[in-house]
Amino acid sequence: MEKDASATALQARDLIKIYRMGTVEVHALRGVDVDLRDGELVVLLGPSGSGKSTLLNILGGLDRPTSGSVVFRDRELDMNNARTLNLYRRNHVGFVFQFYNLIPSLTARENVALVTEIARDPMPPSEALAMVGLGDRLDRFPAQLSGGEQQRVAIARAIAKRPDLLLCDEPTGALDSKTGILVLDAILRINRELGTTTALITHNAVIAEIANRVLYFADGRIVETRRNSGQRAPSELAW
Amino acid sequence: MRPDEVVVSEPFAEAHRLKPGDSFDAILRGRKRNLQVVGAALSPEYVYAIAPGGLMPDDERFGVLWMGRDALAAAFDLKASFNSVTLSLLPDANAKDVIRRLDGLLSPFGGIGAYLRADQTSNWFLESEIAQQKNMSRIMPAIFLAVAAFLTNMVMARLIQTERREIGLLKAFGYGNWAIGWHYAKMVLVIGTIGILMGSVIGAWLGHWNTELYTQFYRFPFLLYRPGPAGFVVAGAISLGAALAGSLAAVRRAVRLPPAEAMQPPSPPIYRRTFAARTVLAGALDEPSRMILRRIIRWPVRAFLASLGLAMSVAVLIMALQWVDAIDSLAESVFERAQHQDATVAFSDLQPIGAIREFEHMPGVLAAEPYRFVSARINHGHLVERQGIIGVPTGAILSPVFDVERGRLEVPPGGLMLSVKLAELLEVKAGDTVAVELLEGRQPRVSLPVLRIFETYIGKPAYMDMAALNRIAGDGRVISGLHIRVDASSRTTLLTRLKDTPHIAAVLFRHAAIDTFYKTMGETILIFIGFFVAFSMTLSVGVTYNSIRIALSERARELATLRVLGFSRWEISYILLGEVGLLTWVAIPLGAVIGFGLAWYMTSAFETELYRVPLVLRDATYGEAALIALAATLACAAIVRRRLDRLDLIAVLKTRE
Ligand SMILES: Nc1ncnc2c1ncn2[C@@H]1O[C@H](COP(=O)(O)OP(=O)(O)OP(=O)(O)O)[C@@H](O)[C@H]1O
Ligand SMILES: [Mg+2]
Repeated sequence: MEKDASATALQARDLIKIYRMGTVEVHALRGVDVDLRDGELVVLLGPSGSGKSTLLNILGGLDRPTSGSVVFRDRELDMNNARTLNLYRRNHVGFVFQFYNLIPSLTARENVALVTEIARDPMPPSEALAMVGLGDRLDRFPAQLSGGEQQRVAIARAIAKRPDLLLCDEPTGALDSKTGILVLDAILRINRELGTTTALITHNAVIAEIANRVLYFADGRIVETRRNSGQRAPSELAW
Repeated sequence: MRPDEVVVSEPFAEAHRLKPGDSFDAILRGRKRNLQVVGAALSPEYVYAIAPGGLMPDDERFGVLWMGRDALAAAFDLKASFNSVTLSLLPDANAKDVIRRLDGLLSPFGGIGAYLRADQTSNWFLESEIAQQKNMSRIMPAIFLAVAAFLTNMVMARLIQTERREIGLLKAFGYGNWAIGWHYAKMVLVIGTIGILMGSVIGAWLGHWNTELYTQFYRFPFLLYRPGPAGFVVAGAISLGAALAGSLAAVRRAVRLPPAEAMQPPSPPIYRRTFAARTVLAGALDEPSRMILRRIIRWPVRAFLASLGLAMSVAVLIMALQWVDAIDSLAESVFERAQHQDATVAFSDLQPIGAIREFEHMPGVLAAEPYRFVSARINHGHLVERQGIIGVPTGAILSPVFDVERGRLEVPPGGLMLSVKLAELLEVKAGDTVAVELLEGRQPRVSLPVLRIFETYIGKPAYMDMAALNRIAGDGRVISGLHIRVDASSRTTLLTRLKDTPHIAAVLFRHAAIDTFYKTMGETILIFIGFFVAFSMTLSVGVTYNSIRIALSERARELATLRVLGFSRWEISYILLGEVGLLTWVAIPLGAVIGFGLAWYMTSAFETELYRVPLVLRDATYGEAALIALAATLACAAIVRRRLDRLDLIAVLKTRE
C-alpha cells in the first residue's frame, strides 16, 4: 500500500512539553515533529518515560504543549482554547486507553451510543460493535464482559463516530497475547475499512510489525523512524 | 414617695421615652393629675401586660404605674382599703380549699374570685410559651440530627472506601481485622471529636444567643443559659455513632476481602437491566440521563435518604412560611370579619344603659353598641373554668358572636354560647347544663343551658344575651362598655373628648390593635421564620453539597472519560448534578406532604387557651418553599460544579481507579 502520496491528516511541529514540579522541571517532549498521513497506521515505541503518552495526549487535544503547534487538516489548533479542543476531540478523535474506561452503568451498546448521540455522522452502535466482533454482546454491562471484550467495546466506542484519528495508548497493555491479538485485529480492521488514521503506543516491539511506520522514542525525542516494507497481520504475531 | 410621684413599667417608659424627672398628665378617677416619673420598674405580674379587652401587650398604650399607697388612697377616696391581695401558701396547703374560703371571706366586699398562680395571665402566658418551646425542641433537633447523622454516615463511608487499597495493604502486611478496624475507628474518633467540639461550641453560642433574645423580648432581668450535659451528650453520641457506623461498615466490607482483592480497585458495581429499562419510555432516554437513573436505581436507599433530607428542608420551610399565612388568616378573621367597631370604650364602673346616648352624640360617632362583661366561674361536674361572660345585645352587628366558619351568630336567649376551647375544657356539649357563679355584685349562682358552641381563634370566650345576663346579675340594665364606629376624620377630636370623659378605663382602637398584633407577631415571627429558614438552608445545603461531593469522588473517572470522548463541561455537569436535581424534584412533592404534616403538628402543638393558629396553606407557600429549596440546591451545585473545570483528565485516565 502506498501512503506517501496521500494528504497529511495531522502535523505537529517542534512540540515541547515541560512539567514543572516546584523547582524541578521535567522535559517530557524536547521538540518533536510528527506527520500523520491519511489512513496511516503508526506505532510509537520507546522506553518508559520517554514521552509517548505525552505526545499522544497533545495530538488528541487532551493536553497542551508548552510550545509548538499542531495542525489538523491545514488548520492550526488553538491549544489554549478548551472549547476548540473539546470540539476537536468530539468530532475528529477517538481514544483507546490501557484501562478501558467504560461507563459501568451502561451496557456495551449504550456505551457506544453515548458517543454516537453527540457525533455528526456516526454509525449505529450495533454496527460499531459488530466491527469489533461483539455483535452478540450488545446488552451486556461492562462487568459482564472479559477484559478483551471491554477493550473492544472501548474501540467500538472510539470509532463509532467515524473519527479522523484513532489514538491508542497501550491498548493491549492489560491483556494476554491471545486477547491482545483480537484487539489489534479490531484496530487494524478499522484502519483498513474506514481509513482511520491511527497512532498506537506499545511496549511490545513485535506489535510494531502491524504498522506502516514505527516511531522510536527516547528521552522526549523521536530518535528513529522506520517504514515497514509490509504490514503483518496480528494473527501472525506471537509474544 | 411624694403624692404625685410614680414609678412606671419599663416597657411603657421606653415606648414614651420617659426618664426620671419627666412628668405627664393622667386622669385618676375623673380628675386630671400631673404625675412625676421617679423610676422605671419591672414586675413578674406584668411580664405579659395586656390592657383589659386587649389581645397582646401594647407597650405604647398600656403600662403600669406604681404610686405611694397613701397618695393612691387619697386619689380614689379609699382610705385603709385594698383591691388585690397576693398570698403564698404553705407547701402542703390545699389550694382549692383556700380559694373557696378566701372567696367566701372576700365576696361581701366585692371580691371577684381568687385564682391560682397557674391562671395568672403573665404566668400562664409564659407557661404556654415554655410548653411551645418544649414541643419545638423535641421535633426540630430530631429532624436535624437525623439528617446530620445520615450525612456523617455517608461521608465517612465514602472516606473509608477511598482507603480500600491501604486496607488491603495492611492486611497483606499481616494486620488483623480488629487491628484495622480499631485503626480506622481511632481516625473517625479524632475527626468526630473535633466535629463534636466545634459543634458544641457553636451550639452553646447559639443557645446563648437565643436565650439573650428571649431575655430581651420578655424583659426578664436575667435568664441564664444553663444547658445540661444531656443535649451535648445525645447530639455527640448520635453523630459519633453515625460516623462510626458508616466508616466501620466500609472497613468491614474492605477487610472481608482477601488482601489481594482489596488492593485491586473495587469491582465496578453490578448494574442490571431492570424491567423499566426495556419499556418504550426507556428508549427515549439519552445515555447521560440513563446514567443518572441507573445510579439512583442502583443505590435506591441512599437516593431516597438524600431525597428525604431535601424534603425535610422543604417541609421545614413550608412549616415556617405557613405561619405567616396562618397569622394573616387569624388577623383577618378576628379583626376584619368578626369585628366592625372602630373603637371599644371600657368603663371603669358599670354605667346605666342610657349612657349610650351621651356617646352617640359625641363628634364623629356613627354608631354605638353596648356590651356587658361579668367575671364568672363556670362549673361542669368537677371541672371549673374562670371565664368572664360577655353579654351581647340582640341583633349586635359591631361585635357579634363570630364563628370562624359560620360567621356571625345570633345569641339565643336564655342560655350560654361557649367557644369550642371552653367547651372542651369543661367537657360540655350543646344541650348540657353548667353551673355559673357570677363573681361580681350579688354574686348569684345559676344553672344555665349551653345552647350553642362556636369556634374562635382567640381566647375561650363565653357569651350570653345581654338582657338575660343583666337579669341574672341583678344590677339593673347596665353596661360595661361600648363598641363604637367612628368617622375617620373626627378621630382625634373624639379621642380628646374621651380623654376628658370620666368613668372610662380604656379606649381600644381596632386599627391600633391590628398594628400591635402585627408588630408583636412580626417581631417573634421574623425571628422564628429566620431561624427556620436558616435551619432549612443548612439541611438542603448539607445534603446537596455532600451528595454532589460524593458523586464527584465516585465518578471522577467516568466524567473524565466523557470529557475525553468530547463531552463539554456543561454536558458532564448535567450528569453530575442531574442526580441531585432529580432527587430535588422528588423531594419537593415529598416535602410538601411532610410540610403539611409538620404544619399540622405545629398548629396543634401551638394551640393554647390564648390563641389557636389556623392551619392555612396557600399554594403560593408551597411554591415559595420549593423555590427557596431549589435556589439553595442550585447555588450549592454551582459551587461544587466548579471543581469539574479543574478535573485532570490525564491523571485520572493514567491510573486504574
Ligand atoms: N503530570 C505530570 N507531571 C510531571 N511529570 C510528568 C507528568 N506526566 C508525565 N510526566 C513525566 O513526563 C515524562 C514522559 O511521560 P509519558 O507519560 O509521556 O511517558 P511514556 O513514554 O508514556 O511512558 P510509559 O511508557 O511508561 O507510559 C516522564 O518523565 C514523566 O515522569
Ligand atoms: Mg504512557
